[in-house]
Amino acid sequence: MPTPTDPEVPVIEFVDVEKRFGDNIVLKDLNFSVRRGERVTLIGPSGSGKTTILRLVMTLEELTGGYIFVDGEPLTHREKDGKRVAVSPKEQKKLRTRIGMVFQQFNLFPNMTVLENIVEAPIHVLGQSKAEATAKAHSLLEQVGLPDKADQHPLSLSGGQQQRVAIARALAMDPEILLLDEVTSALDPEVVGDVLNILRKVADTTNVTMLIVTHEMSFARDVSHKVMMFDGGRVIEEGSPEKIFSDPSQERTKQFLSAVLRDA
Amino acid sequence: MDWLDQQQQNFDSLQNFGPRLWDGFLLTVQLTLVGAAMAFVIAVILGLMAGSPNLWLRGPARIIIEFFRGTSLLVQLFWVYYVLPLFGLTLESAFTVGVIALGVNYGAYGAEAVRASLTSVASGQWEATVALSMSWTHKIRRVIFPQAWALMIPSLANLLVHLMKGSAIVYIVGLNDFNFELDQFRRVTSAWFSYAFVGLIGYFAFALVLTQGMRLLEVRAKHRLGQGLSLREILSPAPKVPTSGVQPGGAS
Repeated sequence: MPTPTDPEVPVIEFVDVEKRFGDNIVLKDLNFSVRRGERVTLIGPSGSGKTTILRLVMTLEELTGGYIFVDGEPLTHREKDGKRVAVSPKEQKKLRTRIGMVFQQFNLFPNMTVLENIVEAPIHVLGQSKAEATAKAHSLLEQVGLPDKADQHPLSLSGGQQQRVAIARALAMDPEILLLDEVTSALDPEVVGDVLNILRKVADTTNVTMLIVTHEMSFARDVSHKVMMFDGGRVIEEGSPEKIFSDPSQERTKQFLSAVLRDA
Repeated sequence: MDWLDQQQQNFDSLQNFGPRLWDGFLLTVQLTLVGAAMAFVIAVILGLMAGSPNLWLRGPARIIIEFFRGTSLLVQLFWVYYVLPLFGLTLESAFTVGVIALGVNYGAYGAEAVRASLTSVASGQWEATVALSMSWTHKIRRVIFPQAWALMIPSLANLLVHLMKGSAIVYIVGLNDFNFELDQFRRVTSAWFSYAFVGLIGYFAFALVLTQGMRLLEVRAKHRLGQGLSLREILSPAPKVPTSGVQPGGAS
């Protein structure tokens, strides 16, 4: 029965999730849940389906099998009389406004200034007043260390600065869940630390639930409560970062970590 | 009569005929601008429908686009002017008929330019609008279309010149446009002087104004996306200093 099972209602729950692109099965029989305020890092070789999980939660990909619950409510489909029935766009939108995402390629809107990028959705989607949204945006820009860039054009900023604006833009929506999809992979090595420090601060000062895909193992170790190792569309091992990074039980995890840590 | 005398006569006739030619030219300008406005509205509506994942929007749009692209402007003019009245649909003025025919014909071509440029906007931009829970109209109006606009202007500029030239056949429904007046003028001078000289200059000058206008629109649209110099910088006589513009992807 695909109903949330955890008594304290997990923020995200995957039940028998399957994702296929055509004949290619990317995720199979995936079951896991994330509690409120928990930071979960997904690691594993590329092509193992980590990013697909984030994209499913953000409804950027169509779920081909199983169920995803957000705050105990079905995100894409519910079971009704033994059948999978799609939820209404309205229900989905209500849940989706609680989810924010930061992308590898920033994806700032080039036709708007930095400030306009941040206030656009709070004003037009959440219905905040312009004054309220603008004040919040300025304090977020302060928080990400770019207080003087509000009126700049996004493309005039460096990659690291653009990503910090993207983080501010996602936080401006006050998300319960923040999805971080390889947010430092497109950055120059010397600015990776700045971006990660901002995210560490967000993790330390808020109760936002985070689902993280990253190759930065020290960041994963610092912020996450749980690390899940993926391979071939399945979770092959999960546990606390201490356990996974210092004493993994699976041979595949050991191999993967030694390869990643050697590169770092 | 030698060649010089002949030209003397031609230019005398041009002076007498001038006001009529100018009226015809102005009608061509009006037909082109109003027809283009109509074509643009149709192109945006059909282009958005044709780019939609919804089959109920995409299907009809494709049929309309293929129909109006696949039949000639001449045939469409005849239909609007002579055939529709048989079904009780009579349009008041020949000008309206001309504008509608130009609008649907070039609108169908323009729809393809609109659709193609909407799909050329980076997928990450579409994804960011989903992540921010924007409604369809919101994302199109505020994020996607402003970026697609810069991409579609070159194609639209081409179509605009085609539309101007296409307007030369509206005389068949009784409009005294530039082409019609040139034909009248030919009777008192020669095909050479009327079409190959006066006509050439008139149409070419108008086309030049149109393409340069579209080029300025493109510069402005691109500058708004952080690419290239601003309109003011391009138009100013002072030397162009590239550092004054926004530099995409600056150093860290």
